[in-house]
Amino acid sequence: MGEFLGLPALFFEGTPFEINRIILVRLIAVAVMLLLFWLGLRKARRVPTRGQSIAEMAMEFVKVQIADQILGEKFGRRYLPILASLFFGIIAMNLTGLIPFFNMAGTAIIGVPLTLGLFAYVVFIHAGIKELGARKFFKNSLLPSGVPVPIYLILTPVEFLNIFIVRPLSLALRLLLNMMVGHLLLVLCFAATHFFFFTADGWLSLFGVGTLLAGFIFTLVELLVAALQAYVFTLLTAVYIQQAVAEEH
Amino acid sequence: MDTTTLAEISGNIATVGYGLAAIGPGIGIGIVAGKTVEAMARQPEMAGRLQTTMFIGIAFTELLGFIGVATFFIFQ
Repeated sequence: MGEFLGLPALFFEGTPFEINRIILVRLIAVAVMLLLFWLGLRKARRVPTRGQSIAEMAMEFVKVQIADQILGEKFGRRYLPILASLFFGIIAMNLTGLIPFFNMAGTAIIGVPLTLGLFAYVVFIHAGIKELGARKFFKNSLLPSGVPVPIYLILTPVEFLNIFIVRPLSLALRLLLNMMVGHLLLVLCFAATHFFFFTADGWLSLFGVGTLLAGFIFTLVELLVAALQAYVFTLLTAVYIQQAVAEEH
Repeated sequence: MDTTTLAEISGNIATVGYGLAAIGPGIGIGIVAGKTVEAMARQPEMAGRLQTTMFIGIAFTELLGFIGVATFFIFQ
């Protein structure tokens, strides 16, 4: 647990801008992602070079698979910048959990997931208010039509809880816990390997081979989870925006 | 009559919580994924949209399991 809480500061100790290892990892991840996109897209041509086509492929994944599919042509184009920056920011910070010497996902402590969750919250409420007007948006989300009137006694509180409290928190918690649990699993596997190889004696140390192998397999699983969580976070944000801007449910 | 303690266990059983919390989501994700496979076998041309919907369903189900992990850290 110590790893998730009081980390020793590296720079600017005692100021509000104190930087510890995880914050450094986040900054590096974001810088590397920006650098890669800049390198790929700095001289965009009609016939793409190799770097440009990779960057375009990644961008197109977000556009086709998330923005256009969930939001449709018109809103997809409008909210693509937000969704793409969410996706690439999250995936860059998730992948640092697998890179040697970083060994820690930037999203594995509450700060970044909570910020992103609240950002998504502001974005979908703003989208609803902007597209439908405040009155219609709150009416649509809190008093959905086509329901017998007495049901509103139950439905409205449940919808309020779901939309305005559970949504941002669940976005943040899902990302945070996926990354944290992945980190703990890797730590468990490699710590066990260390124990079996260097502390245990006799035949017991053979278990170390198994735990080492499990460590490698879980690293691959983490690669999948890192991409999947970035996808799920962006997808759910798109779904929430779509529900907010929809005329009727 | 005096009580005699024969055996004693110390520690926290919050870790058991995850095991319990994993049962429900495990069944749930199984159903979601299984039904999606069924649907994709019936209508392969819908596979893309079905997959998207499947991930949304899984994301909601999976969260319950993760809350089980979190309680261990919260009530430590």
